[in-house]
Amino acid sequence: MEFTRRETLAMGAGAALLTVLPFRANAASVDELINEFTGGAAVADSGVDLIAPEIAENGNTVPIEVAAEGASAIMVLAAGNPTPPVATFNFGPRAGSHAASTRIRLAGTQDVIAVARLADGSYARTSKTVKVTIGGCGG
Amino acid sequence: MASGVKPRVKAPSSATAGEVVTIKTLISHKMESGQRKDSSGNVIPRSIINRFTCDYNGENVIDVKMEPAISTNPYFEFEAKIPETGEFKFTWYDDDGDVYEDSKAVTVG
Repeated sequence: MEFTRRETLAMGAGAALLTVLPFRANAASVDELINEFTGGAAVADSGVDLIAPEIAENGNTVPIEVAAEGASAIMVLAAGNPTPPVATFNFGPRAGSHAASTRIRLAGTQDVIAVARLADGSYARTSKTVKVTIGGCGG
Repeated sequence: MASGVKPRVKAPSSATAGEVVTIKTLISHKMESGQRKDSSGNVIPRSIINRFTCDYNGENVIDVKMEPAISTNPYFEFEAKIPETGEFKFTWYDDDGDVYEDSKAVTVG
């Protein structure tokens, strides 16, 4: 089977598009999830802290910690996971501090995002890149 | 029910009034994400704990909505304010409808 130059170029472009598409889909759903959480409200860049390791050797258990002064809820997303939502922490009246830590799974090197609903009803977000040596999806 | 599920909680047994204490919880659970495949290529169905709550004397401390991205044997660490003698109640909700519970009494002295 012979390929003309034009066909070869088209195939190359198609293949490139296919590899890029899944990431696009995930990125879009991260924005959608944030919109769903905030109800479309503006999101500030400060007011929430996310502590995560710079390099995680094992993507199956990555320790993270989120904190936001006076927050009523903090949502954590992993932008590069097959399903981006990680957890949503809702703080009740007896919470001693608006912080929590847990361990999460990361499929690979990616951004972890935390979005907080603050006491005055505004929203704040932060993100941190975590390098993952071994992914945690059992692929 | 998922086998071998055992909640473990670390909380102080006494506190001073108004003290903020740190609570650590761990529950053994495989947290099958629904992404993995077995040796013959079939997807292993999702089976996780999807919600964790902690209450003190009936008032909520923390309520966590969990997704498959939470690691095996979910661990949580958080803080709670102790105004009076009472009891912590910890509840985990499994995908299959099971509810795992644990409680810890705290004396204000």
